Amino acid sequence: MTLVPVLRKSDVVVCCGTGGVGKTTVAAALGVIGAREGRRVALVTIDPARRLADALGLDTLQNEPHPVPVDNLVGTEGGELWACMLDARETFDDSVRRYAHSEAQADRILANRFYRNISGGLGGTQEYMATERLFELTNDPRFDLVIVDTPPTRNALDMLTAPRRLVRLLDNRLFRLFMAPSKLRLVNAATQTLLRSVGKVVGGDVIADAIEFFHAFEGMEAGFRARSQDVLELLHAPKTAWVLVTSARQEAITEARFFADRLADSGISVSAVIANRITPTFEPLPGGMVAADVAPFVENARRLNAEAALQRAALNALGPITAVTDRGTDLHDFDALVWMAAQLTVAPNVAGRGPRTDRKRRTVGA
Amino acid sequence: MIDLGDTRLLIVAGKGGVGKTTVAAVLAEWARRQGRRVALVDIEGRPGLGAMFGHDEPLGFEPITLADGLTARSIAADRALVEYLNDHGLQRFSKRLAESGALEVIASGAPGLRDLLVLGKVKQLALAGDSDLVIVDSPASGHGVSLLRSPQGLLDAVRGGPVRVQAEDVLTLLHDPVLCCVALVSLPEETPVNETLETAIALRDQVGVRVAGVFVNQIAQGAELEALSLPEADLDRNQWAALTAATNFTLGRVRAQRLQIARLSEYLVVGLPALPVFTLGGLIECLS
Repeated sequence: MTLVPVLRKSDVVVCCGTGGVGKTTVAAALGVIGAREGRRVALVTIDPARRLADALGLDTLQNEPHPVPVDNLVGTEGGELWACMLDARETFDDSVRRYAHSEAQADRILANRFYRNISGGLGGTQEYMATERLFELTNDPRFDLVIVDTPPTRNALDMLTAPRRLVRLLDNRLFRLFMAPSKLRLVNAATQTLLRSVGKVVGGDVIADAIEFFHAFEGMEAGFRARSQDVLELLHAPKTAWVLVTSARQEAITEARFFADRLADSGISVSAVIANRITPTFEPLPGGMVAADVAPFVENARRLNAEAALQRAALNALGPITAVTDRGTDLHDFDALVWMAAQLTVAPNVAGRGPRTDRKRRTVGA
Repeated sequence: MIDLGDTRLLIVAGKGGVGKTTVAAVLAEWARRQGRRVALVDIEGRPGLGAMFGHDEPLGFEPITLADGLTARSIAADRALVEYLNDHGLQRFSKRLAESGALEVIASGAPGLRDLLVLGKVKQLALAGDSDLVIVDSPASGHGVSLLRSPQGLLDAVRGGPVRVQAEDVLTLLHDPVLCCVALVSLPEETPVNETLETAIALRDQVGVRVAGVFVNQIAQGAELEALSLPEADLDRNQWAALTAATNFTLGRVRAQRLQIARLSEYLVVGLPALPVFTLGGLIECLS
């Protein structure tokens, strides 16, 4: 599938890929295309470069989407482009307020040191909150297409496993036993001894904070659990498209291939692969012997062509790709986004072998 | 090239995708060729580090020998935590702790704990004397800064006990400019250079570790064309246009890269060229 149909048909587009490949810029350019196709697009960016943030009108960290101030962006088809920057902690705080039974309960949790540690630092929190934000915006009637940039993780699956990881943490049996009614608590004297010993080694405050947190969280797990299931279903939904972004660097290609395989393992096929910053080919070149003063120029062009050929060969491992040519400079301003959008819509596909597609979609939660 | 002197611990840091693993491998091979016994340490268990030396299987907790005078291992946080609990008289519990998921809860509640225990293990390797130099390929996330910030973070959070002692010991090593330094890795592009400058400041102000230099990967070839001009003789119009376009492309790249590298001038910069075909030996030749 090429990009335009993906942007026409999907409700959600997840851009994933390793760091340093221009993923955020590509996500923004996809937003431009989506808006031009008449979609009302919400773009969730994560930590964009300063000038890209400026181009999108995001002068401060804004968890709330706001319209990208561009007059000539779209025609008359009702397309819109809104952008926001993910604030993981604010999103997490909002979820806590949503599922808390009272304001007092929410306040107790938000003030707890264990909570502040997990909302800021638990591995996968940023991924989890990106999916949470994605879910909220998907259900926001202002938008009909949500494009989400993903945090620079080492593993594409962090997006998929993060919701469940939090639930597993909340479900922790040992701590649940510890909070059981006092009659049962006697039975668990051994558990108490265990936690006390651990506390001696890692610091008693850590354990005390954790216990207080689990007490405060009592009764809220069900809400989080149900939500994480909904989020997982959304990530696996047929109208959710996964777009893989890579550069022509060998490490990025290896990672992209690894991402595609891991996604296939969880029953998700990649809708499109975008290869960013591809070296162009220069032709025709003079053949045979050339004059000495021309030789260095021919050598340079041949070197670039060889680089381009190597890139294409390496990219073959990823199957059909949409290539974006290297301009030799960084892409950050809005004109550059429009230029990239044009490249993404007209660029010829390069055929290749492709990642595995032989896996059936698995049931969510398998 | 950076001066290793009496360095026992060299941490390679930088954002994911800039070629950190390549630089760690280049430094390891370079130090090994100088006669040092080198131990390479990977933190995340990614493929790649071993593969640079033709070892395709993932690295494990136990070291393997990659070449004469060069070993490699991967230190996973969970494994370091279990080892730490065992060392502190909790071997009876560690299996049960792991099975019940309580380890995850504990480590989540004190987020720097995993990082600190990993660094504790690294410190032990660096000072044990089995090798002359430990080179750490730091994790992609957080530019390696969060890893190095963990000891100070725990000192602020934990009032007493073995964890505090561990954090103090690790900090002493990180603060020692003779025994320990960081090599940053970047690319000659605006965003990576911005991040490198931010990382260098964070390492100085928040960690207090010495930055020995910045390795800039993927330096473009063709800078010599700047001093030449393309003659029109013997070329048809299309050939001339193609050569002009290629020259402009290369010079655009060279100039853009030069601007970015100049922004790093306050640090020692070691450039590594973009090789048509990557080989470790090829890059090492460029260093000497």
